Amino acid sequence: MGDTMFGDLGSVRGGLRDADYLADDGIASVVYLAEKLGKPVLVEGPAGTGKTELAKAVAAMTDARLIRLQCYEGLDEAKALYEWNYKKQLLRIQADRGSDANNEDWTDLQDDIFNDEFLLTRPLLEAITAEEKVVLLIDEVDRVEVETEALLLEILSDYQVSIPELGTIEAKQIPIVFLTSNNTRELSEALKRRCLFLHIDYPQLEREKEIVLTKVDGISDNLAEQVARIVRSIRQIELKKSPSVSETLDWARTLVLLGVESIDVEQAKESLHILLKYQSDIEKAAKELTVEG
Amino acid sequence: MLDLMSGFVVELRNAGLPVSLTENLDAMEAVKHIPIEDRDAFKYALATTLVKNEQHWKAFETVFEVYFSLRGPEYNVLDEDGEIDEDSLEEWMSQQMRGMGGQGSSEEMSPEEIAEMLFRALMNADEAMMAAMARAAVTQFAGMEPGRPVGGTYYLYRTLRNLDLDGMLDRLMEQAQERSEGDMTSLEERLEREEFENRIEDLKKEIESEIRRRLVADRGVEAMAKTLRKPLPEDVDFMHASREEMANIRKAIQPLTRKLAARLARKRKHKRKGPLDFRATVRQSLSYGGVPAEPRFRNPRPNKPELIVVADISGSVAAFARFTLHLVYALQNQFSKVRSFVFIDGLDEVTHMFQDEEDITNAVHRVNTEADVVWVDGHSDYGHAFGVFWENYGSEISSKSTVMFLGDARNNYHATNAWVVKETAKKARSVFWLNPEPKSYWDTGDSVITEYSTHADGVFECRNLRQLEGFVDHLA
Repeated sequence: MGDTMFGDLGSVRGGLRDADYLADDGIASVVYLAEKLGKPVLVEGPAGTGKTELAKAVAAMTDARLIRLQCYEGLDEAKALYEWNYKKQLLRIQADRGSDANNEDWTDLQDDIFNDEFLLTRPLLEAITAEEKVVLLIDEVDRVEVETEALLLEILSDYQVSIPELGTIEAKQIPIVFLTSNNTRELSEALKRRCLFLHIDYPQLEREKEIVLTKVDGISDNLAEQVARIVRSIRQIELKKSPSVSETLDWARTLVLLGVESIDVEQAKESLHILLKYQSDIEKAAKELTVEG
Repeated sequence: MLDLMSGFVVELRNAGLPVSLTENLDAMEAVKHIPIEDRDAFKYALATTLVKNEQHWKAFETVFEVYFSLRGPEYNVLDEDGEIDEDSLEEWMSQQMRGMGGQGSSEEMSPEEIAEMLFRALMNADEAMMAAMARAAVTQFAGMEPGRPVGGTYYLYRTLRNLDLDGMLDRLMEQAQERSEGDMTSLEERLEREEFENRIEDLKKEIESEIRRRLVADRGVEAMAKTLRKPLPEDVDFMHASREEMANIRKAIQPLTRKLAARLARKRKHKRKGPLDFRATVRQSLSYGGVPAEPRFRNPRPNKPELIVVADISGSVAAFARFTLHLVYALQNQFSKVRSFVFIDGLDEVTHMFQDEEDITNAVHRVNTEADVVWVDGHSDYGHAFGVFWENYGSEISSKSTVMFLGDARNNYHATNAWVVKETAKKARSVFWLNPEPKSYWDTGDSVITEYSTHADGVFECRNLRQLEGFVDHLA
């Protein structure tokens, strides 16, 4: 099926743009290849550069359902893959006992309680058993422990899930998989090897301006240019946390709401707290903007 | 193509990138789906399959440029023998010139003309023009001769010196000011300047890769790849890092500390289980119909060591001390307390500097400028510094302390006072010595590392970030 999904590189770019996501060449190529090769994409980069947004955009572009697995410390099989609906199983057994206890022997009962009816599908299993097109987003995969990571390997490389009681469930279609990571720890080699790697950094000036123009209503070209330039300038300062794209957008929206046509130093300094979240960063940036000007 | 690809992968491995066989196969597969004439897409296809760490990107880019730069259609200036085809290059050049409304080929252009064209290209951010001018500048100024055994940096330097880009920046700024008729606010001015600086930076990169392309044509791919091979940031030697490499290390240290902190916290959590948590066990048993199938345990109280760092910050090892202090303080919540001392021939406690400053970089900077570490002449004297350390702070070392000595133990033939290390080791939980010098240099010349290290629980060679990371991991 896959081959008909994306025509060529250009159409991927166009499609993402239609989904309101401005991809650069690197991003478009990787998305295109992910679909062609049927491989998951590991997206890495600073917070707020649109990693999760990319998965959403791809889902919108291909009319696929987005299934999201948010990772956290302590995530286990039961939350990620599947779980037996054990309470229902208990009820089933008890219901049996109530009526005619000796009619059914154990194997029948076992077959009965270990079937689809009693299986609770979790995001990963759901993604591969789905009939329709699916984009699977495994968000912040670096938050799970190294041991839990291993649980992803089977599904990522073979698109199948083994359930001891039921056997192996194979994918009905190959989902497009995105894994995002904020790089708080080194992911295992095994995982990296199975994925295409995409690093999304802060965008170039031109692209950031375009993003501001598409995402912020009623902003003038001139203001967008200024916003992008000032943000780039601030990113060059050594800060605890550089402003992300989403913060740039918030800032641009604020400026539009305030009716600012062209930013001067004072206005920039007064609204810095939208861009930067640490007091020490704000002070540093304010100082930089005045001193060197 | 296959040969080229395998050569490329081998070179990546030589540069230190871990490229596995499956990744290699993936790359081959990926390239099939990419129209080969789309050079950017080709590059990204290789990158996404072969490079799985952002910090390796630069190394990848260099190798890629060497292997594939001359093979795109727009760089088709190679003739059959693989030599630069001067004619087609000239032709191409003059085409470009005519297109831009310039006159004549680069041969006839005077340096003034090149400067003028370049100025216009930078002013209007005309990328095609900038690339063309980069070529012209290299032809004109670099004076490249086939077979001459000098590095690319030599040619780069010659070209840049002739272009006078600083002067160019000033001129660009003047022009911009004229254009806005002098009513530029300071903010606008700053942004404008940054814009131009950026363009000039791009131009420099363009010139650099132009030189590289020609060198590749002259010397062949393998030889060039070898000369351009640079260590990855985590492998750069602290003691011999250039300024640019230092900056790279600094950039690499931030994510490294985050990773280490997360790893250490995790390790601690999983190492040992505490006593049974009765309440949680009963709560859990409810979902098994009251059978306590899964006992729950309390998390143990973390056992955090107190860390004492004693660092030599004399010239030769300053960078190493700086990075280690940075790393240790970034991880300070993994320790119950961190105290730090720096010395050259005198010793000073700098713990308060790290406490006052929120920003570790600032604190490290203050250590370098404010610490009172010179006693007589400002040459390393481990013996005296250790003596002072023992006298003033020795009583504060307890069985909870872990003591780290940092330095190359080059004592300028002073008395060693090794007994301080011995006494410290008796009182402290453990004593480690980190030496930034390669092992083969230890105990040569005035290095007396063994005299100290015999008393320590461990002595480690810490020449680069990778080794330092390994040690910190071991420590906590």
